[in-house]
Amino acid sequence: MTVTDLLPYEDALATYDPVMGLEVHVELGTRTKMFCGCSTELGAAPNSQTCPTCLGLPGSLPVVNATGVESAIKIGLALNCEIAEWCRFARKNYFYPDMPKNFQTSQYDEPIAFNGYLDVQLEDGEVFRVQIERAHMEEDTGKSTHVGGATGRIHGATYSLLDYNRAGIPLIEIVTKPIEGAGDRAPEVARAYVAELRELIKALGVSEARMEMGQMRCDVNLSLRPRGEQKFGTRSETKNVNSLRSVERAARYEIQRHAAVLSTGGTIVQETRHFHEEDGSTTSGRIKEEAEDYRYFPEPDLVPVAPPRDWVEELRSGLPELPRLRRERLKTDWGISDHEMQSVLNAGALDLIVATIDAGADGAAARKWWMGELARHANESGVELPAVPITPVQVARVSALVAAGDLNDKLARQVIEGVLAGEGDPDQVVDRRGLKVVSDDSALGAAVDQAIADNAAIAEKIRGGNLAAAGALIGAVMKLTRGQADAKRVRELVLEKLGVQG
Amino acid sequence: MPGITPEEVAHLGRLARLELSSEELDHFAGQLDDIIGAVARVSEVAGEDVPPTSHPLPLTNVMRQDTVRPSLTPDQALSGAPAQEQQRFKVPQILGED
Repeated sequence: MTVTDLLPYEDALATYDPVMGLEVHVELGTRTKMFCGCSTELGAAPNSQTCPTCLGLPGSLPVVNATGVESAIKIGLALNCEIAEWCRFARKNYFYPDMPKNFQTSQYDEPIAFNGYLDVQLEDGEVFRVQIERAHMEEDTGKSTHVGGATGRIHGATYSLLDYNRAGIPLIEIVTKPIEGAGDRAPEVARAYVAELRELIKALGVSEARMEMGQMRCDVNLSLRPRGEQKFGTRSETKNVNSLRSVERAARYEIQRHAAVLSTGGTIVQETRHFHEEDGSTTSGRIKEEAEDYRYFPEPDLVPVAPPRDWVEELRSGLPELPRLRRERLKTDWGISDHEMQSVLNAGALDLIVATIDAGADGAAARKWWMGELARHANESGVELPAVPITPVQVARVSALVAAGDLNDKLARQVIEGVLAGEGDPDQVVDRRGLKVVSDDSALGAAVDQAIADNAAIAEKIRGGNLAAAGALIGAVMKLTRGQADAKRVRELVLEKLGVQG
Repeated sequence: MPGITPEEVAHLGRLARLELSSEELDHFAGQLDDIIGAVARVSEVAGEDVPPTSHPLPLTNVMRQDTVRPSLTPDQALSGAPAQEQQRFKVPQILGED
């Protein structure tokens, strides 16, 4: 294998201007496939979710899934697109066994949604507008297993096995217009765009958009042109980049690779490239021109889709608050800085904090627990924050116990520790570990008497009016009660017993 | 009317993975030319007032509710497959040695 030359990133950007195009496929969360009633449930036995339609058997006829169309319109509207008055499906013909029909039902020159934009916010708060070319409806392909090759890849395989359960699952492909003007921030813009799109899709409730499960996949088109030049350079298309981090790395790698080729007088080949998660590199796939002859034509088996305007307007009025605006509102409501909000987002804590507040916790307390104790726990156990074994309702309960004075911070941490260790709900942990703050006077009184007896000299100072010395006695009581005493009540008792006014 | 060249037939043949002899290329070029010519006559009679259509019925928005219907069993699905393995359709090598 030849070593790929890369130009240092800063050098590449000093000479060249990157232009990107991002194509994102989203698998919809419908119960059935796009054109037939087969289930889309994950994890089924191979070829147990197929029928004559999705197998392309003679005589079968497709009928489009109403929820699939509705989801496409919602996505289009949320991306500020126009919704087609009338559009059709088209056959994309290609000779490859991942579609048993020998074509993929897609849309060609009549997408259901077009001409939109999505505003994305970068780390430093700058908002970058990404123009959307189109969003169209299509269907996913089957799953191939290549047998006989040393690496399980298609190259060197002697034959392949096909499971068509996934063939026909609804996909929406969202295509940006060329993204220009991002300069050295192009990889960051790419990542922020895919992140924002994922949040949007989740907020719309049309898909869980889990990239690690292939429910959302990104192709990164990238080209360089000399700075100041208007004409686009030749692009490469890096396929199936399946995490936010990978989107950023793939863009960065391709900038460096293109720059190395161009700066030594070479030419970029228009081709698809494979991304490699382990080192962030890309390698050559198929030459694009050869594969592009798809001979699209209008699908004769499906009638046109002409979304009535009242339906479109009904869907528009039902759109949820957009994620960026929601974040902006929460930031203001909570009175936190851009930087603090960014930390919350990076930690994946936003929805958890909101849910904790919805369960009755005060905003500051909810943020404190999720961003402190629980984020640390997630970090130490190497899991994402939502996977930490405590629910927002449980965190809210701990917070309520603190607010009511039943727990102090130190005890609250122990309760959380107990919940994380699987000891039950906060109240159960409090009972089992005996963690309630002691504030009843008989229990505290004995400890206060003991502390006074042990610290006669300090007690004398307090009697003499030196109230600052009370801290030492309170500390002694806390020690005697293993931190479970209500500090405020202890202070009152100390002063009372020594006969001084607080 | 532009004629279909044997080169274009060869290109289509390659996209469909069909191996065609030079006699066949010439033969099909002539036939495809005739077919395209016949279809092209439609545009002679279709005036400005006749919109292009891909469907003979004046229907739109024929949709299905998102309700699961029974699928075939894997055995039924695979019953027409020339070869199968691990309950999957078995197909010959997809890419050549390149």
